[in-house]
Amino acid sequence: MNRYAMAAIYTFEMARTRRTLMQSVISPVLSTTLYFIVFGAAIGTRIPEIDGVSYGAYIVPGLIMLSLLTQSVSNASFGIYFPRFTGTIYELLSAPVSYLEIVIGYAGAAATKSALLGLIILATAALFVPLHIAHPVWMLLFLALTAITFSLLGFIIGIWADGFEKLQMVPLLFLTPLAFLGGTFYSINMLPPFWRTVTLFNPVVYLVSGFRWSFYGQGDVSVAISLAMTLGFLVLFVAMIAWIFRTGYRLKT
Amino acid sequence: MRPVITVSKLSKTYASGFEALKSVDLEIRRGEIFALLGPNGAGKTTLISIICGLVNPSTGTVRVGGHDIISDYRAARTMIGLVPQELTTDAFETVWSSVSFTRGLFGKAANPAHIERLLKDLSLWDKKDSKIMTLSGGMKRRLLIAKALSHQPQILFLDEPTAGVDVTLRAAMWNLVRSLRASGVTIILTTHYIEEAEEMADRVGVILEGELILVEEKTELMRKLGRKRLTLHLAQPLQTLPASLAVYRLQLANDGHDLVYDYDDALGENAGITSLLRQLADEGIVFRDLQTAQSSLEEIFVGLVEDRA
Repeated sequence: MNRYAMAAIYTFEMARTRRTLMQSVISPVLSTTLYFIVFGAAIGTRIPEIDGVSYGAYIVPGLIMLSLLTQSVSNASFGIYFPRFTGTIYELLSAPVSYLEIVIGYAGAAATKSALLGLIILATAALFVPLHIAHPVWMLLFLALTAITFSLLGFIIGIWADGFEKLQMVPLLFLTPLAFLGGTFYSINMLPPFWRTVTLFNPVVYLVSGFRWSFYGQGDVSVAISLAMTLGFLVLFVAMIAWIFRTGYRLKT
Repeated sequence: MRPVITVSKLSKTYASGFEALKSVDLEIRRGEIFALLGPNGAGKTTLISIICGLVNPSTGTVRVGGHDIISDYRAARTMIGLVPQELTTDAFETVWSSVSFTRGLFGKAANPAHIERLLKDLSLWDKKDSKIMTLSGGMKRRLLIAKALSHQPQILFLDEPTAGVDVTLRAAMWNLVRSLRASGVTIILTTHYIEEAEEMADRVGVILEGELILVEEKTELMRKLGRKRLTLHLAQPLQTLPASLAVYRLQLANDGHDLVYDYDDALGENAGITSLLRQLADEGIVFRDLQTAQSSLEEIFVGLVEDRA
């Protein structure tokens, strides 16, 4: 293993995060705070408890998940797309690094950043609503697993995208709607049976449900299914990345 | 001595169907400066890109220091530093972090002393904490060289290193290249400035339409393909040449004031200069001055390209 290379990429990406600390941290924290004010304090007080949890607290895992998904994807996709855009990717391709090391460096940094962000949002939420975390270890595991999995997806998108529009398209057109419709703000059990079944095709449901289980001990689907689905996505994205590197897709001619 | 790079039957056909390289064979000797010449689109950059790992070869093999560039890419690439043609840099990084990054990428532990020396050699030391976007074009070019040398490679590729670089900087750059060669680094460069190849290179390769049509010691090439021209400045202009001189295929130039004789330098004493001068004297043609000129590598190169067209 070329550990110096992995460390170099990781440090480089984390340095980029530090440079853009304002955008990277302030804006997600601000938007989450707005959600808490609107849904927690303003509207939330008029919404009855869900599964025995106050509405303001109920939406915390979903909101963290929402940030985690979009931030993981946008961090990782930007991280690998930017060198392609500027042309500095030549350095990466000519270096004695394996594809695995490249992915660990880029996706690792993106996952670290978004997981830290998730924790910051969690701390912010604690200021607004009383929080109870039933399974803290599982909570951290889901947090890390989701951050890694979606950083890998972001890496794939960063390789696939051939313009900044495409880079923003996936988080905007797919992730945010899927997260909103995947039980971030409600339990899918509140939906009519037909729509509930439809919603089960939304992968975000399993992520949010598992994460919420680690907080409150119950989710929309069983935690085993949540974990299996999360790992399933992980395997799927790893396979896609393996294919990208084997074929040189969008990287080498 | 075993060559440091061995390219065997290397071909590249891009997805568009364009054949960029056609079965290229090439050996680069350890410690030499090798200049790759060729017009735009001839395949110079494709060849370099394949050796450095940026482009996949279609067929053929490349060995760097005995290591196959695909099956043993780590060992092969560790030996190489590449300065690309385009000024591709990270705008927001500092000079220091950018050079340190490359060193790490090539698997070397941090060595601030080496990087400091490198930045000083390249007159970038006072810019070490500046963001790259604040650098001038020439500084960016030097930064790319510093990056390429950050991991102390044994082979340095310079793809059009002096394109858009001013004269002073170009001279400084060639001094650096010479000192690198003196320290044992093998240097492969592509250039449009043939006078550079003429001045710098030990050997020259000419690539045309994906084929390496010639690889030769520079001095040998200039001797073999070089023509010499003798120009006699006549005391009295001539309207026509005496028939007795037809065998020399002389030309009149400058309204008959100059008499031009092209000859092959390789012929040495048999080039016919002595007999020509004697016959001129017999014909009563008086000249007041003379000069000889040797064709440059550029003229040789243009001649080669035109021969193929």
